[in-house]
Amino acid sequence: MLEQKAIIMLLEGIRDTLYMTLVSTLIGYVIGLPMGIVLNLTRPDGLKPNRIIYRILDFICNIIRSVPFLILLILLIPFTRAVVGQSYGSSATIVPLVICAAPYIARVVEASLNEVDAGVIEAAKAMGASNIQIIFRVLLVEAKTSLMAGATITTGILLGYSAMSGTVGGGGLGDIAVRYGYYRWQTDIMIVTVVLLIVIFQIIQNLGSKITAFFDHRKK
Amino acid sequence: MNELITIRDMCKIYNPGENEVRALDHVSLTINRREFVAIIGQSGSGKSTLMNMLGCLDVPTSGTYILDGKDVSTLTDDEQSDIRNKEIGFVFQGFNLIANLTALENVELPLIYRGVGARERRELAERALEIVGLGNRSSHRPAEMSGGQQQRVAIARAIAQAPPIILADEPTGNLDSGSTKEIMGILKRLHEEGRTVILITHDNEIAASAKRIIRIRDGQIVEDRMNENV
Ligand SMILES: Nc1ncnc2c1ncn2[C@@H]1O[C@H](COP(=O)(O)OP(=O)(O)O)[C@@H](O)[C@H]1O
Ligand SMILES: [Mg+2]
Repeated sequence: MLEQKAIIMLLEGIRDTLYMTLVSTLIGYVIGLPMGIVLNLTRPDGLKPNRIIYRILDFICNIIRSVPFLILLILLIPFTRAVVGQSYGSSATIVPLVICAAPYIARVVEASLNEVDAGVIEAAKAMGASNIQIIFRVLLVEAKTSLMAGATITTGILLGYSAMSGTVGGGGLGDIAVRYGYYRWQTDIMIVTVVLLIVIFQIIQNLGSKITAFFDHRKK
Repeated sequence: MNELITIRDMCKIYNPGENEVRALDHVSLTINRREFVAIIGQSGSGKSTLMNMLGCLDVPTSGTYILDGKDVSTLTDDEQSDIRNKEIGFVFQGFNLIANLTALENVELPLIYRGVGARERRELAERALEIVGLGNRSSHRPAEMSGGQQQRVAIARAIAQAPPIILADEPTGNLDSGSTKEIMGILKRLHEEGRTVILITHDNEIAASAKRIIRIRDGQIVEDRMNENV
């Protein structure tokens, strides 16, 4: 049905899409996870309440999250060019993806940690745990499944955003869909890219749910 | 010197100012080593507040607290954590176990906090689980156990590092009568083995297992008597 050239192009599209999605999720967590932990610790009833730090992080998260991704993508072009050397292609797209993902991840992590039963934290304190020990031995352990569920959702969202970046030459399947489907009216290729995106999304979601369920010992 | 706990003129006021709550109102109290004391009172009488003070979990508004000859109020946060870790085993009404960890791993936690090596930790935790009769349940997670069993794991966690004091706040509050008997039996045994047990409850029947009963009402001690029936 499709010629070989198109198949190779689609395979490269899959590779680029996975590359953008996974790498930006990973770097997003490197930044967002500590941010989320700090948000949880410094909130008014956290382990180490600190109004100033909480307000600053809270403000940064809200600002970035209130800018639509496509606008962020365009706003960040000069910054992206400074970091990666060019403003188009999959590597360049990772920059806005990370900047968009980090505050989102921080919020998801904060929410997961906020859910941890206060009694369990109280018990850890009572047993003489330091704050660092409470973070690593109690909070993160107890919130593990919720954090994994959050990571699955985040990866799915970044997959969608990576495709959206195709509109401005971001590379990957979204880029192909826009170039062939929108500019050249090659609907068949566009449909294939959409199907591939759906399949990849399903795989991420199912894999994430399976891993989460495997590690969930909270219920029988 | 046989005095383990001496509290003098302790007050705890929540929300000082207009709608302040006097949760502890000039409480003075001495508890000797190896006593089995029940602190009894209705809901809201200040029992948990007193437990928080005895356990160095919160600071009083005024008054002094001397634990094992040391004036607790002059200690830093770290030193207080250290006392809690070494001297006191806590048991809570809600068990407060970590759902994602096995019974054994839960019992190991306070030992981890204390920096005990992996091998010794395991041995101590296994022994503690055996003491509460759960040696065969060490790889089970809290969700796979009954309430009574979970509370026994919590007690194992409290005694894993052999603290001389056990502080239990309504430990049977969430349990049926069968499990309640079991837990009380374990607490009695821990006392007979030489520990100081302080049991907080609103239930007269449960308090009756203790050798000394302290009744608290509106933040004040209204009765302090030896229990002749034990
Ligand atoms: N953190 C708190 N802030 C404000 N009031 C509190 C707090 N903790 C307890 N209180 C109040 O102090 C009183 C004693 O509470 P508590 O010690 O929990 O009683 P008990 O454990 O006997 O039910 C109650 O009136 C309660 O509402
Ligand atoms: Mg209470």
